[in-house]
Amino acid sequence: MDEIDEIVQEFLVESHENLDQLDRDLVALEREPDSRDLLGSIFRTIHTIKGTSGFLAFGKLESVTHVGENLLARLRDGKMSMSPQTTDVLLAMVDTVRDLLSVIERSGGEGDLDVSGVVALITDVLEGRAPEPAPAAPAAEPVAETAPVAEPAPVVEHVDAAVEHEDTTTRRTVADSSIRVDVELLDTLMRLVGELVLTRNQIVRQAGEAEDVEMIRSSQRLNLIATELQEGVMKTRMQPIDNLWSKFPRVVRDLGASCGKQVTLNQVGKETELDRSLLEAVKDPLTHLVRNAVDHGLESPEARRAAGKAGEGTVTLRAYHQGGQVVVEVSDDGAGIDADKIAAKAVERGIRTQAQVAQMSPADVLQLIFVPGFSTAAAVTNVSGRGVGMDVVRTNIEGIGGTIEVESVVGRGTTCRLRIPLTLAIVPALTVECAGDRYAIPQVSLLELVSLDADRASSAIEDLNGALVYRLRGALLPLVHLSDVLGVESDRSDGHVLIAVLQADGKRFGLVIDRVLSTEEIVVKPLGSQLKALGTYSGATILGDGRVALILDVQALARRVLNTDGVDQSEGDDFDASSVLTEQMRMLVAGIGGERRVAIPLSSVTRLENLTESVVERIGNREVIQYRGGILPVVRLNNYLGSYSERESDELVVVVYSVGDRSAAIVVEEIVDIIDEETEFHSDVADHGVLGSTLVRDRIVEVLDVRAAILSADPTFYTASDLLDAELQETM
Amino acid sequence: MSTRLVTFTLDGRLYGVDVNAVQEVLRGQPQTRIPLAPDSVSGLINLRGQVLSAIELRAQLGLSDREDEHEPMLVVVRVGGEPIALLVDSIGAVIDVEDEQFEQPPDTLAGPSRDLLIGAYKLDDRLLLALDVDRAVAA
Repeated sequence: MDEIDEIVQEFLVESHENLDQLDRDLVALEREPDSRDLLGSIFRTIHTIKGTSGFLAFGKLESVTHVGENLLARLRDGKMSMSPQTTDVLLAMVDTVRDLLSVIERSGGEGDLDVSGVVALITDVLEGRAPEPAPAAPAAEPVAETAPVAEPAPVVEHVDAAVEHEDTTTRRTVADSSIRVDVELLDTLMRLVGELVLTRNQIVRQAGEAEDVEMIRSSQRLNLIATELQEGVMKTRMQPIDNLWSKFPRVVRDLGASCGKQVTLNQVGKETELDRSLLEAVKDPLTHLVRNAVDHGLESPEARRAAGKAGEGTVTLRAYHQGGQVVVEVSDDGAGIDADKIAAKAVERGIRTQAQVAQMSPADVLQLIFVPGFSTAAAVTNVSGRGVGMDVVRTNIEGIGGTIEVESVVGRGTTCRLRIPLTLAIVPALTVECAGDRYAIPQVSLLELVSLDADRASSAIEDLNGALVYRLRGALLPLVHLSDVLGVESDRSDGHVLIAVLQADGKRFGLVIDRVLSTEEIVVKPLGSQLKALGTYSGATILGDGRVALILDVQALARRVLNTDGVDQSEGDDFDASSVLTEQMRMLVAGIGGERRVAIPLSSVTRLENLTESVVERIGNREVIQYRGGILPVVRLNNYLGSYSERESDELVVVVYSVGDRSAAIVVEEIVDIIDEETEFHSDVADHGVLGSTLVRDRIVEVLDVRAAILSADPTFYTASDLLDAELQETM
Repeated sequence: MSTRLVTFTLDGRLYGVDVNAVQEVLRGQPQTRIPLAPDSVSGLINLRGQVLSAIELRAQLGLSDREDEHEPMLVVVRVGGEPIALLVDSIGAVIDVEDEQFEQPPDTLAGPSRDLLIGAYKLDDRLLLALDVDRAVAA
């Protein structure tokens, strides 16, 4: 009897709280008998208890709450009105429910408590009034008046006595052994522990320098206690993943039924715990994956039998801890994903070129399903394939510092594997130095570190037509200098090269840094709103010496340097016309006359101005305007792109576009809109001055090649030193 | 009606922000520079475990850069619940000003400061320029 099921315990805690509320509500109801709100609240409480007790097979509890619910439903719907008798029977019902709960708490079962009296009472009230509300009232009265006082009273006494007998002080009741805590309080505690961890890091470092034995000893103890406290507080926020999974059997059943598939759902590792905020964050992605597995993963029973498999498909959810992360897998034993089909689709959609997919391993090809604009569903079904695809899943998972990958064997099934951090607030990270500044790289993205001395670096780092690569165990690893990405001057001049091999979006790349400092647990601090938009940093942290270090957003970094097919793609005229830029960006949509619209990346647009034609002056054969103490070259897009402007006014609509500290004035006819969406444009319809086109609300919008446009007005606009900046701005 | 302003100087001019917006005033703190950030955000500072963006008001107001040897002071303001540090040259007194002393900025005021200044309070010997904190911190 000590082995009360965990579910039952939760049920008891919850019900006890609910009952206290119920008592107050019932009394309040007597004062305002017509309050629908109160009645609704009482009804819901009883309904919840009824539902759960039915589920847990507490028959008596269910029968009592069932009649109670009926009575309440009538009251709530206005078919009956409150009277002292109804209040009495309702209170009697609540008392009986409470008695039953305490019996369950003690013995795990309902015991031999007799509930028929209360059920009869409520039924009487129900039936006595139902047919003829007003005249029937006196008839019901005697029953109602005598019964509630007489009947339940002995029951209560009996139970109370029993409780006193059996309840020794050694056992706390369920309601007392756990408390509900405000999540905000937990968050505050978590934040304070974060502070403590930082202070600890500082003290441990100082103690190490001080060489004072006593000090070192105390700091070690502090270290230990702080670690334990951190774990303890983290645990308070931990919840078993079952809280999330518990709704999946239903989801799978319903979905299976509507798709005409038979599905069994296995859940392994239900008790695996993770931070509640993360639990919330993985809810939608996980639901999506489970739906996908049933809808697209599993074949129809006929197809399965034809393939020699059981007609009933299996979806397995598995969760476990691995290396400070939680791994959640969603597997099905369905048809699997054919890498060749994915590759063909990717080429068809223009996501990758034929040449690109030919070089990719089958495993890499599979990861393409996470690329925006890719959907494998041949037909749009009711359940999935409505635009919210795997790319959204990936975005969500990466948003919480996790990763996702897919494995599949044709004919055997598919597994999606999520790796998510245990908690968001404190993450293990590698601190590195670049140009004298320190940065933190979350360990989750870090695969390994490679150190090359000057001799080896000069031969091992090769130049692939301008793109630097390193042969890492035979495979070419693209290299990116952090100093170049950030537009700072590296202070490493001895030729020694340090490479942090990072993984993001299922791709690897090497980030070249100046120095590796240490690995430590860092506390993630959010950045102010001005800096979030940069998309380069996922946050900041405070290092052991109290200085602030930025946390690199490896996913964003990768997207910026990898998806554009190498950093220096726009450097020359040999621009790969079939490449596709896929970026989450905001675009300014402007009309340029003749019904044509162009999109300009908003990230580099500094201002929109309405000026008069008279401000335009000339330097040689070029048009310029004076603007905020500078001279801006003027690009008239209608002339540049050869569209006919029918507008005849001397007002100029100017988009001030800035790269670094230089600006240009782009003249358009009108500003139409700002769009904020995952835009994906194909370059294969490139025309003069246009990178490609995209659809915005069913209209074709040409994506302006801003660089070329500005160069047409000022060939020196991008000087050599600004080059990288410019590219970054453009790809942002 | 009178208003209480925390005053500070930038490039020899006197500016003020509403005292209610100000959380505290600090001497210069070590800053972490932020590559790629707009000029107006000069860095990040650690204020008792909180990471704050430091806004270079000189850049926001279109003034010349501060000389390197001159250590800036920090005025920590709360904007929308988020603390942000404003870099200024020096801190002045807390001054009570009357509504009668206030005047809108002149029509001739141009440039970035036009958006950032609410107006001027005419003190006996000089003008006190009232800063719109919300706009001043917007990047």
